Formats: sequence, structure tokens, C-alpha cells
Amino acid sequence: MDFAWVSTYWPLIVAGAMQTVLLLAISVSFGFILAIGLALAQVSGTPWLRWLARGYCTLFRGTPLLIQLWLFYYGVGSFLPMVPGLRESILWPVVREGFFFAAVSFTLNYAAYEAEVLRGALLAVPKGELEAGRAFGMSRFTLLRRIWLPRAIRIALPTIGGEVVLQLKATPLAFTVTVMDLYAVAYKVRQDTLLVYEPLAVVTVFYVCLTLVITRAFRLVEMQVPIRR
Amino acid sequence: MAALLVAEEANPISTNPTVWQLLSPYPPGWGGMLLAGAASTVLIWIGAYLLGIIIGLAGAAGKLKGRRPVVALLDGYTTAVRAIPELILIIGLYYAGTDGINRLLSAFGIPPIEINGFFAAVLVLGLVQGAYMTEVLRGAILAIPVGQIEAASAFGMRPWLRFRRIVLPALMPNALPGMANLWMSVTKDSALIAVVGYQELALATRLAAGNTKHYFLFFFAAAVIYLVITLVSNVLFGGLESHFRRGQPKAA
Repeated sequence: MDFAWVSTYWPLIVAGAMQTVLLLAISVSFGFILAIGLALAQVSGTPWLRWLARGYCTLFRGTPLLIQLWLFYYGVGSFLPMVPGLRESILWPVVREGFFFAAVSFTLNYAAYEAEVLRGALLAVPKGELEAGRAFGMSRFTLLRRIWLPRAIRIALPTIGGEVVLQLKATPLAFTVTVMDLYAVAYKVRQDTLLVYEPLAVVTVFYVCLTLVITRAFRLVEMQVPIRR
Repeated sequence: MAALLVAEEANPISTNPTVWQLLSPYPPGWGGMLLAGAASTVLIWIGAYLLGIIIGLAGAAGKLKGRRPVVALLDGYTTAVRAIPELILIIGLYYAGTDGINRLLSAFGIPPIEINGFFAAVLVLGLVQGAYMTEVLRGAILAIPVGQIEAASAFGMRPWLRFRRIVLPALMPNALPGMANLWMSVTKDSALIAVVGYQELALATRLAAGNTKHYFLFFFAAAVIYLVITLVSNVLFGGLESHFRRGQPKAA
């Protein structure tokens, strides 16, 4: 075991960790917003919307994330330069990077899984509470904002924590589309120094630490709003 | 220049192929390669899943009945596998496994061998599956009412008979949803094997796409293949679960 390379590659490791965290934060936050819409469409949408949302979830949950990522990066990416005006626009430096495609496909994928979780949670909110809200004369939107959604999110919170950890464990895939995340740093160290296990071990410690941080954070949030039994 | 023109004529696909020419199962179409990749992918799933069930059964038994060091060891295994990203686990195990076997062989004076990518893939994915399967089966066994197992013991059933007649049928309905989830996850994790360089569906697709530059078409085709297999196995697991739940009261 040889860990002398850590001192030279330290800045790269930190930068990689930043990329990983950024990718996770983007996909989880935007994915969550998208998931709320998808879950609501499945629970209380018109038949047409319901069918659309269900199809989306089946599509993204039924295919490997790696294939989705490559479909976006190679497939959609090869069409993007044909979009008139995009190459000259200020968006181009963002849109041509692997990071953009990784963020988009991770977001869409996370939303599909999260929507399924939220759908179950929305259905699990006790009917009486919604009826009480309606009896107070709340409009549909107020009811959703004040009662239905907060209650559902609280019910789903432990599962959401698990989903975020799963999403963290999916982020190394981004290295296949040239994102310099934590795993890509390990790969680069392997190429430079011909060490196989040491970089993987160091990066693994980072991932496990991030997992611990996520689970702790969710436990803290859960303790803020205890569920009465 | 003339030679180039002849080559162009001999190979009509290079001019402007239609979608069906590209996906045709016979060369110069790439469909055959995709289907071969799909076949080896399905074999990897089945092998890894069966290995996972065997490890899971042993692991669950060890966790429930084993001595303390065995329980600690199994806890370490399941925690490590579930905490480390699949990609790192697969790459680490892939290299460590092939490296370890070759070192073992050289210790006995046998020249190093090229480890078959298929078996390495099955082994690695099976080890990952086994950790999750241990937890699923352990939970399912714990959910069996103790009285049923005690009654079997009171009848004088030996452990194997008790497992076959009482525990297994009672465990299946509890375990099947979790096992169906694991099947879905192995179908998706297997794509990660492409990163190690074994030619299953994902890598075959990437090669076909890279060679023809029709990236969208080929990745879309691969996605459709994965989706169809997922939907079919959804139906199969649904049927299996209702078979094992026969005679149970319906949930409200």
C-alpha cells in the first residue's frame, strides 16, 4: 500500500469531491421539484396527464442510468450543434460540457424514482386531515401547500434519505462522460501512478463519509418533526 | 480514389443507410451484435441473481443463527457493499478478483490466465446482489410468525424439512417484492460491466453507435431492449407473487 501520491493529488481530490457534491445537489433538488409534479399528476391529474406521468416513470425506471446518460451525452449531444444559434449563444460553454448532460440525465432519472416514492406518500396522508382542510374552506392549492404536501414529505422522509444515498452512489457514472468527479480522479491517479487499489480506497472513504453526512442530516431533519405514534 | 469508390459500392451501408439497415440482424447491420450483447446480458443477470440468492440464503442463516464473529463478518459485508458505489465496487472487485486468482495460480507455479469476463461479471454482480439479498431474506424470515416455526419443531421436523415445508413457503410472499426489486437492480447494474470492458448490451451498443455515428438510434434501441425485458419480468414477478400469496387474505 502506497499513499504518497495523496499529497500531490490532494487538490484534485477536493475538486472532484466538489463536482460529485454539486452533481448530487443539482440532481436531487431539481429532481425533487420535478417529482412533486409527476407524483401529483399520477395521484390527481386528468387521465391523460396521469398516463403521461406513469409512462415517464416506467421509461426512466425501466432502463439503466448508464444507457440514459449515454443516450443524452452521445445521442442528444450530437444533435445539439444543429440547433440554430445555440453555438453562438452564451449557453454553449455550459451545454457542450459532459457535466451538463450528467446533471440533466441524473435529474430526470432521480425524479422518476422520487415520484414513485412521493406518490405512495401522497396516498398515505390520512383522509381525515385533507377533509378537515377542505372543511376549513381551503382552496385546492392552499390545501396542497399547507397540509397534503408537507404531510406526504414527512411520511416519505426516511425513504427520500435512502434515495439520496442511492443517487450519490450513482454519480460516479458521470466519469464516463468526461466529468472530473471523485471517481474520475481515482481513475486518473491509476493512469498516472499505476496504483489500482489505493486511489479506489481513498475515494471510497470519501463516498462513505458523504453517505454518513447525508444520513445524519436526514436524521436531524426527521427529529425536527417527530411522528406521533 | 478508384479503390475508395469500389469500397463504397461494395459496402452500401456506408452511403446512407436507413434505420432498418442499421438495425438489421445480419452484417453490415448491427442488430445481431446488439442481440448477442442482450443474450449475454441476460445470462449475466440470471447467473448473478442465482449466486445472489445462494449467498443471501447463507448470509441470512448466518446472521440469524450464527455465532458472534460470523454475524460481525456478515454485517461488515452487507454494510460495505451497501455503502460503496456500485461502480467502484464492481471495478475494485473485478481487478482484485482477477489479480487475486492469478497471484494464487502463480503461487502454485501455474502461469497467469485471462479471467473470462463473463464469469468475473457474474461473480462481481452476484457478490453485490448477495449483500442485498441477505437483508431481504433475513427480514422475510423474521416476519414469519414464530409460532409456525415452533409448531414445526414440536411436530419433530428436522431443520431441513422445517425449512422446506414451513419456512420457505411462508418466506416467499414476504421476500418476493424485495427480490423483484433486486432483479430490477441487477438488470440495471449489469450495464456497469461495460465500464470494465466486457461486451454486454451496453458496450455492444456503444461500439455500434461509435462505428456508425448514429448515437441516438442505437442507445434508444438498447433502452427499448432493456425496457421490454424489465416489463416482461415485472409481469412474471407479479404472477409469481400472486402464486405464492394464494390462500392468503387479500389486503384491503
